[in-house]
Amino acid sequence: MPIKIQESDFDVSAEISALRKGDPRVGAVVSFLGTVRDMNDGSQVKGMTLEHYPGMTEKALQEILDHAKARWDIYQTLVIHRVGPLLPEDQIVLVAVTSAHRGEAFAVCEFIMDYLKTAAPFWKKEDTPEGARWVDARITDEVALSKWKK
Amino acid sequence: MKLELRFFASLREALGISQESVTTPVTVKTIADLRAHLIERGNPWSEVLADGKVLRCALNQHMVDANTALQDGAEVAFFPPVTGG
Repeated sequence: MPIKIQESDFDVSAEISALRKGDPRVGAVVSFLGTVRDMNDGSQVKGMTLEHYPGMTEKALQEILDHAKARWDIYQTLVIHRVGPLLPEDQIVLVAVTSAHRGEAFAVCEFIMDYLKTAAPFWKKEDTPEGARWVDARITDEVALSKWKK
Repeated sequence: MKLELRFFASLREALGISQESVTTPVTVKTIADLRAHLIERGNPWSEVLADGKVLRCALNQHMVDANTALQDGAEVAFFPPVTGG
């Protein structure tokens, strides 16, 4: 269950190949890739800086992956999250899940992202023409999370 | 008790500090008590940690709510709602 927090970019294809390599039980791989948009809340985004809480970040992500593993029948999970300075179109986050069938992999990929958005200590600061600003948390992220709490 | 405080993102910037060791009076028993104790320092603490501000806190690197009891030697972090992903 690899968790990687890094400044450097990543190769999606290589990461997914490594995740499922040597495991012929796998019949489904679902991945989510988050990237930097050039617009947010009506302002142009020239770039952003991602801050995190070293130590807690890894623990929070591990807890999310442990919950997923306990709740669904899946094989491997991967989370890569970049920190530091990023530009529009850059890759920010990759989540990938392997399982025997697609249903579990789709569900777990969304579950991990929904929890990451509200429980993993990352913060975005955007560089806009009006100046630098910290991104506000979205209420829709809390709503997305509520569907897993049934 | 002795606590190791951490601040992140907009809180870190507004307070001008990312880390601090403090020794708190015996009346500080919970995260909420600690927040109130820090507010007593006056500006910028009273503004940044004001009751109306939506904050998250972590005790020993686990997200907890405000009525969680503190332990001596704990690492306590305050930060805004997270915005990763």
